[in-house]
Amino acid sequence: MDFLRPAGWEEALAAKAAHPTAVPIAGGTDVMVEINFDHRRPEYLLDLNRIGELGEWEVGEDTVRLGASVPYTRIMEHLRAEMPGLALASHTVASPQIRNRGGVGGNLGTASPAGDAHPALLAAGAEVEVQSVRGSRLIPIDAFYTGVKRNALAPDELIRAIHIKKADGPQQYSKVGTRNAMVIAVCAFGLALHPETRTVRTGIGSAAPTPIRAKAAEEFLNAALDEGGFWDNGKIITPSVAKHFAVLCAAACNPIDDVRGTASYRRHAVGVMARRTLTWTWESYRGTARTTEGAA
Amino acid sequence: MRVTFRVNGRRQEADDVWEGESLLYVLRERLGLPGSKNACEQGECGSCTVRLDGVPVCACLVAAGQVEGRDVVTVEGLADYAKQRSAGGGCATAACGTSGPGTSLDAARQWESRPTDSATGEGTATSPRATLSPIQQAFIDAGAVQCGFCTPGLLVAADEMLERNPNPSDADIREALSGNLCRCTGYEKILDAVRLAAARQSEGV
Repeated sequence: MDFLRPAGWEEALAAKAAHPTAVPIAGGTDVMVEINFDHRRPEYLLDLNRIGELGEWEVGEDTVRLGASVPYTRIMEHLRAEMPGLALASHTVASPQIRNRGGVGGNLGTASPAGDAHPALLAAGAEVEVQSVRGSRLIPIDAFYTGVKRNALAPDELIRAIHIKKADGPQQYSKVGTRNAMVIAVCAFGLALHPETRTVRTGIGSAAPTPIRAKAAEEFLNAALDEGGFWDNGKIITPSVAKHFAVLCAAACNPIDDVRGTASYRRHAVGVMARRTLTWTWESYRGTARTTEGAA
Repeated sequence: MRVTFRVNGRRQEADDVWEGESLLYVLRERLGLPGSKNACEQGECGSCTVRLDGVPVCACLVAAGQVEGRDVVTVEGLADYAKQRSAGGGCATAACGTSGPGTSLDAARQWESRPTDSATGEGTATSPRATLSPIQQAFIDAGAVQCGFCTPGLLVAADEMLERNPNPSDADIREALSGNLCRCTGYEKILDAVRLAAARQSEGV
């Protein structure tokens, strides 16, 4: 094994181009487990810890450009207002020690269907900025996950940053596990209201071969909210609408039975989380609407 | 490969390090610092918690090559680290200390592996013998050590939380220690110990 230690981003890209089999390591919270357990013996480890800009972020007008290695702890501390869903998801990651090292770039690189960040990214709307010596491209998050632990990266590409849409409304995140810390999701659900476009987006984790959106459920809910004038009148969402939304979210799943849970439990739980997160975000949206009215 | 970094304020060199080796292995097997415990090797148990540039991390998940030129504090250095922090009134990492961190050669030569008398608390200021950090003393006083295997990781994690958050709520303590498992399930006493250390810290004892 060789340990490659580029001092800068260009050098890292050159190293990845020269050694496409090199495994990038940043927080190490996935890679080191595989090495410790002898599940993986990569020819090259490509250490990204010395590349400072991967740990930085920029808050733009519409998006946050989040460096691939920004630890979850930083997201929770500094980016809660801009990315409430991802901040909530970050808080469910493992433990403080792991959150101090791990970041969204690693979550995307591993592309496990159980990765905690994915549902939040899908719900918020995001693009993955990947680079190689050949150039740079933005991959829409919906096109990023291509299979179980597979993603759209070419062998010579590295994840530079994630461009996440700044929240224009309430966002929620929910995860099922046996305890609050150190748990791989049995399943997870992210939901974001986008009042500017009058749309709702979802993200489902650990209930299909890849993280997915519940698109049919989104379309149903968008139409129902529009039809009932909910975005304007700020009324409570009709229970039958919420229920049908939950049913459609559960139907979007394609889960398996495994050690963490059965397929039918996962489907059921996703439905429950869908209904709950919709209620939480909608209550928060109505609260905001009322406050604005009151202040005006 | 060779890895050079600072451990508990001292420059250390490890040779013939395998590229896939963890920081934990280097500390325990190459540098003779077995305080950080090796249990799960997957970040689950927190018994290998150390501070990397001040940040608590699982040493089993840090590749040895990643610590080149960086600063590590282990449980073995916790007493010194805490002493320096209270003297310096803030950052205790080697990076911002000018007083020369670590144990002096004289003190190191006189060091004996004798426990501090728990009845009298930490040793006198003139004693060259390594004293305990306030969190270590609190663990002893509260009876928070059973088999002791999880203790080093808990001490490092708890000490860091008290540095950041001097008046933690019970929820804060539980969250800060949520990455550390105690299979004797002595959590109540561990919580007592952290509360005790926090109370003593705020009283300036």
